[in-house]
Amino acid sequence: MLSCKKITELASRSLDQPLPLGRRIVMRLHLLMCQACRRYTGQLRFLRRATTRLSHGMDYGHDREERLSAEAKERMRDEIERQS
Amino acid sequence: MGTRTDPATWPDRYGDALYRHALVRLRDPMAAEEMVQETFLAALQGRERFAGDAAEKTWLIGILKHKIVDHLRKAAREQPYEDREFQALLETSFDERGHWKIDIGNWSDPDRALERDRFWEALDECVARLPRRLAALFVMRELDGLASAEICELLELSTTNNVWVQLSRMRLRLRQCLDVRWFGHHTG
Repeated sequence: MLSCKKITELASRSLDQPLPLGRRIVMRLHLLMCQACRRYTGQLRFLRRATTRLSHGMDYGHDREERLSAEAKERMRDEIERQS
Repeated sequence: MGTRTDPATWPDRYGDALYRHALVRLRDPMAAEEMVQETFLAALQGRERFAGDAAEKTWLIGILKHKIVDHLRKAAREQPYEDREFQALLETSFDERGHWKIDIGNWSDPDRALERDRFWEALDECVARLPRRLAALFVMRELDGLASAEICELLELSTTNNVWVQLSRMRLRLRQCLDVRWFGHHTG
């Protein structure tokens, strides 16, 4: 019987690669009996959904809108011209 | 075939996109701006080697990605890794047999949070609280999807197993932080 602590590691790993069949089975059995670990696993998956959005610049519910200021762009342009 | 444009136009053409890419990874506007500037200058120096076989923007983002990775590696190296907070979290969370001894509260309909600006701020705060090596891991794995072997090499971790362990720590910490800061549970 795997400990919950071990299950948190397996849950984490399963986000990145498929677990070997044996581990998957043991984990499923544990999850059947452990609500805390079921919740934890679901919460990690949510975290992954959130970071996926973040990586696509789709956080804040819409495409990211941050811009460089006009001054910043001008400074960069000046420096590029200086070094060209 | 990629077009090559006048570098003086790069800030207008690509500045915002590069800035956004850097900002989400570095979370600091000044650092992000500096990184974009360094990218343009490095690209300027290396223009001869750009064969135009990819889009110019892709090429520039590639340079930016490298610089960000270097920055994160350096930051991780500079902070000796001693995650006392994590050890404390472990001790609070699990008993001697490794079973939960804190309540894992339910997050009901969590995906609604993804539409709330305040959630993204909370997530940002939680990432900011990670030790530098785990923050670097977060960017490399969650944002840039690097493979464990590559992360292992970049962060000078002894084995890929170590990468899994570190990733698990990162996620345990992030979950805990969000649990408190967004979902409002106060355990332990």
